[in-house]
Amino acid sequence: MVHQYKLNGYNIVLDSCSGSIHSVDDVAYDMIEMFEDHTWEEIVNELLEKYKDRDDVTKTDLYECYEDVLELKESGQLFTKDTYEDMAGTFKERSGNVIKALCLHVAHSCNLNCSYCFASQGKYHGDRALMSFEVGKRALDFLVENSGTRTNLEVDFFGGEPLMNFDVVKQLVAYARSIEKDKHKNFRFTLTTNGMLIDDDVIEFANKEMSNVVLSLDGRKEVHDRFRVDYAGKGSYDQIVPKFKKLVDARGGKGYYMRGTFTHFNPDFTNDVFHMADLGFTELSMEPVVGKPEDETTLTAEDIEIVKEQYEILAKDMIRRKKEGKPITFYHYMLDLEGGPCIYKRISGCGVGTEYMAVTPWGDLYPCHQFVGEESYKLGDVFNGVSNDALRDEFRCCNAYSRKECRDCWAKMYCSGGCAANAFHASGSIKGIYEPGCELFKKRIECAIMMHVSENEDE
Amino acid sequence: MKRIKTLKTRNLCESAKKGGCGECQTSCQSACKTSCGVANQKCENVAK
Ligand code: SF4
Ligand code: SF4
Repeated sequence: MVHQYKLNGYNIVLDSCSGSIHSVDDVAYDMIEMFEDHTWEEIVNELLEKYKDRDDVTKTDLYECYEDVLELKESGQLFTKDTYEDMAGTFKERSGNVIKALCLHVAHSCNLNCSYCFASQGKYHGDRALMSFEVGKRALDFLVENSGTRTNLEVDFFGGEPLMNFDVVKQLVAYARSIEKDKHKNFRFTLTTNGMLIDDDVIEFANKEMSNVVLSLDGRKEVHDRFRVDYAGKGSYDQIVPKFKKLVDARGGKGYYMRGTFTHFNPDFTNDVFHMADLGFTELSMEPVVGKPEDETTLTAEDIEIVKEQYEILAKDMIRRKKEGKPITFYHYMLDLEGGPCIYKRISGCGVGTEYMAVTPWGDLYPCHQFVGEESYKLGDVFNGVSNDALRDEFRCCNAYSRKECRDCWAKMYCSGGCAANAFHASGSIKGIYEPGCELFKKRIECAIMMHVSENEDE
Repeated sequence: MKRIKTLKTRNLCESAKKGGCGECQTSCQSACKTSCGVANQKCENVAK
């Protein structure tokens, strides 16, 4: 499957199934477009006519190009057939019921009152609650017991606001560290926080124990303070920005992300990304809001078009910043072309409900953080394990080939079939599709690839 | 090649041979929490 596009002055040809990326000139671009369903004569006649004003486009020259294309095809770098479908289910089958990542909802409670919150102010449509040490400990044991031969186990402290239950977070990390050696496991912790409760104690702990921290900041003050307000309605920007800065400065190069949400009110979100860069943060992530079509924050069809342009603006500006020696990282533009994931990982889906699950404060298991609170999606609990096997099997079947829309899509090696939660919220079924999400995803990958092409050209 | 430049990439067909150990980070864990992108994950296969 070949995807061709022009962006920022580059002609890019992506051979989706081999992962090969080619940067080509106009002539080769047209030739590749015609190659599979035209004869050599048709190609040469059309291209000689189209480029008749250019003396570098001759029949001999076109033939050379034709041979190059053929060579790429024969070496498996172009027009590679999609032969992976049969493999798509095998990774999860082989993994059996292995679980390797948990999102611990240590606090269904929040000290902010952000109206767009998909967790409805941290309560997930339920009551306020904090996870006890006993439930958390049981969750960690459950993870170890179910992790099979996997060494790397990921645990995210999530909420609501996890720092509202900081003591338990500390106890759980200490407990995990006390067992990991004997169990031959390597715990990797992350913390997602709104920053309100960050103090020296938190900074020291996070920088020692968390392999990643996700800091919620929406960008410009007026944007951030529109939604991220306390219960008195007061914006939180002024309180948290200095705390975030202090934490990041002390982090000594360890992973972090400034993570913002953009909505219908700021589809021009690159200005928020740039604002974060101006504040001195370099690891940035900005996500479209997750919501129902009727919510006032939800992106409209017009917004989606604006957002797509914004992604281009962002990519171009990041190229400029890098050249000037002041690079920033945008989460969705990180694309490791040589060290990235294998084909199994690429086509097996996100792991929702199989290798990854979310745990509520009282120990219930859900397929992921975005399903928490949807009663019919409860998988079981950490005390008795997964009881809803039919539901687990349904999630096991989610992969890059399980939706008909994905089958013919060039981007499936990058999105792995997309987000089941987005699909569920948009279509009512995890087997559905969230079109605008796909559109934005594809745009992001196009931009990310273009940035690599640009760098390659400069070398 | 005169009109075509090819970037260095991991060959996906080849990756099928030794891949699938499952040690890499779960896609949505930690950073974005609202979408699935696998391409930015790092491979952590020690036997690769
Ligand atoms: S660590 Fe590498 S080989 Fe193993 S599943 Fe992940 S991407 Fe594939
Ligand atoms: S379903 Fe979506 S939100 Fe849930 S883990 Fe997968 S990508 Fe993440």
